[in-house]
Amino acid sequence: MYRENHRGFRFDWITIVLFLLLVGFGWLNILSASHEGEIVSYFDMSQLYGKHLVFIGLTLVLIVIILSLEAKFYERFASIIYITAMLALVGLFIFGKDVNGARSWYGIGSMTIQPSEFAKFATALALAKYMSDLQTNMNTLKDQLRAVAIIIVPAVLILLQNDAGSTLVYASFFFVFYREGLQQIYLIIALSTIILAVLALKFGLIATTIVAAIVLVAIYFFRRKKRVSIVQSVIILLVCVSFSAGVKLFYNHVLQPHQQNRISLWLRLEKDPVLLEKMKKEEAYNLIQSEEAISSGGVFGKGFLQGTRTKGKFVPEQETDYIFSTVGEEWGFLGSTMVVILFMALIIRILYLAESQKSQFSRVYGYGVASVFFIHFTINTGMVMGLIPTVGIPLPFFSYGGSGLWGFTILLFIFVKLDSNKINEW
Amino acid sequence: MRKLLLLLTVVTVGLVFIARLFYLQVYNNKSYSLLDDNAIRKVYDYPKRGYVYDRNGKLLVANQPSYDVMIIPREVEPLDTLEFCSLLKITKEDFKKTFAKSKNYSPRLPSVFVPQLSKTDYAVLQEKMRKFKGFYIQKRFLRDYRTSIGANVLGDIGEVNRRIIEKQPYYKMGDLIGKQGIELSYENTLRGVKGTKFIQKDRFNKNIGPFKEGRYDTLPKPGKDITITIDSALQEYGELLMTNKRGGIVAIDPSNGEILAMVTGPSYNPNLLVGRERNKNFSKLFLDSISKPTFDRGLQAQYPPGSPFKVINALIALQEGVVDTNDKVSCRMGYYYGNRRLTGCHHHKSPVDMNDGIAQSCNAYFVNVYRRIIDNYDDAGNAMNIWANHAKSFGLGDFLNNDLSVGRPGRIPDGDYYDRAYGDNRWGSTYIVSNAIGQGEVEATPIQLANMAAAIGNRGYYYTPHIIKKIEGETIDSKYTTPKYTTIDKRHFEPVVQGMFDVYNKGTAATLRIPGIDICGKTGTAENFVKIDSVKTQLTDHSIFVAFAPKDNPKIAIAVFVENGYWGSRFAGRMASLMIEKYIKGEITRTDMENWILTHSLENEYAKPYSGEPFKINGETTLQVIDKVEKPQNDDLNNSIKIHANRPNPN
Repeated sequence: MYRENHRGFRFDWITIVLFLLLVGFGWLNILSASHEGEIVSYFDMSQLYGKHLVFIGLTLVLIVIILSLEAKFYERFASIIYITAMLALVGLFIFGKDVNGARSWYGIGSMTIQPSEFAKFATALALAKYMSDLQTNMNTLKDQLRAVAIIIVPAVLILLQNDAGSTLVYASFFFVFYREGLQQIYLIIALSTIILAVLALKFGLIATTIVAAIVLVAIYFFRRKKRVSIVQSVIILLVCVSFSAGVKLFYNHVLQPHQQNRISLWLRLEKDPVLLEKMKKEEAYNLIQSEEAISSGGVFGKGFLQGTRTKGKFVPEQETDYIFSTVGEEWGFLGSTMVVILFMALIIRILYLAESQKSQFSRVYGYGVASVFFIHFTINTGMVMGLIPTVGIPLPFFSYGGSGLWGFTILLFIFVKLDSNKINEW
Repeated sequence: MRKLLLLLTVVTVGLVFIARLFYLQVYNNKSYSLLDDNAIRKVYDYPKRGYVYDRNGKLLVANQPSYDVMIIPREVEPLDTLEFCSLLKITKEDFKKTFAKSKNYSPRLPSVFVPQLSKTDYAVLQEKMRKFKGFYIQKRFLRDYRTSIGANVLGDIGEVNRRIIEKQPYYKMGDLIGKQGIELSYENTLRGVKGTKFIQKDRFNKNIGPFKEGRYDTLPKPGKDITITIDSALQEYGELLMTNKRGGIVAIDPSNGEILAMVTGPSYNPNLLVGRERNKNFSKLFLDSISKPTFDRGLQAQYPPGSPFKVINALIALQEGVVDTNDKVSCRMGYYYGNRRLTGCHHHKSPVDMNDGIAQSCNAYFVNVYRRIIDNYDDAGNAMNIWANHAKSFGLGDFLNNDLSVGRPGRIPDGDYYDRAYGDNRWGSTYIVSNAIGQGEVEATPIQLANMAAAIGNRGYYYTPHIIKKIEGETIDSKYTTPKYTTIDKRHFEPVVQGMFDVYNKGTAATLRIPGIDICGKTGTAENFVKIDSVKTQLTDHSIFVAFAPKDNPKIAIAVFVENGYWGSRFAGRMASLMIEKYIKGEITRTDMENWILTHSLENEYAKPYSGEPFKINGETTLQVIDKVEKPQNDDLNNSIKIHANRPNPN
């Protein structure tokens, strides 16, 4: 894969081919989901597929620029890129434009730009820069907190702009932390919080307490060598219980009704059939339509441009967040499995390359890229097929939109560039 | 381990997603069907339902267009309810109730909102239909009966119910299906196949063009016209004779098994079951548990056949060789076993041979003959099996397996039957002598008796009685054109036929002779009982008559059954003779007999068990005389009731 001496071909072509496949297949599905009436020209700028084709064209220019810059540029300018991105996010509060209740866009003429899409690679760069610094020791709490701060800033800014979905993306950097030496206990805590939250919402406080107590007793008896004291165990139990209570309070009093409904539908909390029906009508219309579209695809799908639900525009926002339902309907089980495998391949390829980097900066950045793609893919696809509560984030390379496409492309190709440069590192 | 966390998570998530996709798209996916796709609107075009003609080519059933207002609840948008209701001539409460009902059935499937608009209402409404989202008008065909007779034969069509839809997915809510009579038994022939247009719609329920350029659209296939074997003139005459009586008449052409007439009394005008009032009228008819107009007595009334069954015993005895036509039996007003009289008899000359036994309907003669059949074998059970086998070869004791929508098997008991009832070998011929005279355990329906008469008239074979004569462009089932042979040799029929002929010449039906026609018949009188306040009470006997004519190469075989008509020749015999004359001559010369039937009613008789007072039966009663029943002015076109929907309910 790596040919020395020939600059142009040192890039990891597997990654690039995967990228091209995803973008190309993505565009076919946008075409299917967005066309109305006869397709006159693929470059028809009044249609979304025409616009997206232009975005793809510009992406290629962007790739050439990214790859032609010096690899060291990204490491050196990481802080400046990060600060610029944060300023762009802050600027939204003053100059931003409200779309669907979220203040996430700059409007320039008829164009809109969503800075949060670009904040992702900026944050990944800054995090890589910070973590690869010789003075940073990820085993110390102080440095851990500083690293967290790098993530928290964009996350909070985006949350304040009412875009909860994009905020969630920053949680994925946990994988990077863990890879770079975060203590084992944090993983346990992270898993425990998820399990406790689900248990508390689904089965209530008493059941959660009993489960936590049983687990703690089991740990107490099985870990004979480094036994935690009874007092410690009781304290942990109390923390668990108060956390669960906190989750319940948070669910009942902090979350907005539509967010409550999404979680309630996901965990099947509502038992009253009348209320459930009402809730489904209000909140799950997209979900039901998208699941029906996917199911109706069967094994082989209905064929390109032949999806009846896609044609009838039954799934709202199908060309953006719900694009995977088009894949499901028109390309069937084979096509959608193909897409899942392509994403898995891309992420695993990035992980493999990241592990092979000699520079810590490149490795951390690569991990960041893989984590971001992973969380986008998981949440978006999981939501469209009804496994995860509704969270609005795009599917990388598939969903319609220039900012998203460019954001992901920059994210990926900086890594391709860094990777191509590893031969010069020592 | 640190290197593996994300990798393992990615692989796990990927596998979970593939599993989920498998579940949604492969495992959970009922094979995709355009018909179930709610992104595709299905527009149905209902074909004309096949017409029905009688054997002489007279049109009995035609069609009339009808317009239903259909609803798809999910697609209904806020509308001017007041205007809508006034256009449809319904109240706001009706609107709410029907809306809730259709929503309860299915929010996304169409159901009928207001059935059967009149043409004028349809014209007005059609203009404004665009304003009411979620509603549309569906054209269908309703029946237009060009006659007032034959309700039990012709049957009717009605809306399908959910059970039918589940079993036969061809039908959708609001579709019409044959419910009774030939509409039911020839549903698939008459119905045709509806045409379907598939139209792609969008989420706002707008049509955005034909689905795949109409590649899957189908044209409606019109239903086929059929000709039935009924002679409508004979059917009409039979219904006239049956007025004010309860019972059934079945007439068959023995040479081919075609059913000429199938009368049940009381009957009703088939037009009652057309239009908006159908359900109301049907419930009224169906719930009338006293006169049971929807119970086809010609096909479903299963009773002891009485004396006509004696001829079967005569034939079996001859076939088994246990009796000679000249063997004489003396009758002392009954049959005695030791000192015990097993069965009574009426007054006639004695002793009698076979000919007189049939002509005089002598009970003693036939008990004697029957005992000889059974006692011919060492084992009574075995003997009964052989006897039952003979009897069943006449189409008795089992379903006839024909093209009528209802029927009863009747009953011919065999050895096992009595083994169960009495215990193995704990019974003998004296236990079961009632079978000799068609009482006791033997039961048959009028159509079975008519078929039995046909088999005797044919001297040993019959064609399965059927009602279909011709289907446009098809041949009828070969089971109706292949003769079925009885187990009795042809030569044994002549003396029995002669006996039945002498029933008219010198026997129990001597007063019923029709000049110029050689009729062979057999009278029957059957005792019957009901429970009144859980007390078994005897009612006036049923009057039964079985006949065929002419004696050689018969053209008609008939069975008449009149509930509580007393002795056989009193009502049933007269009616059978008149029917035969009507069919063979086309006109009535025995007007005295016709007058008698039309001026005598049994309604008083039928009211007795419900009067709550003690009453007398049989010979102790007097017959109700009424004004002569007039033949209804059968201006057929005026008779058919056009639907007048949208008339607000009078109440």
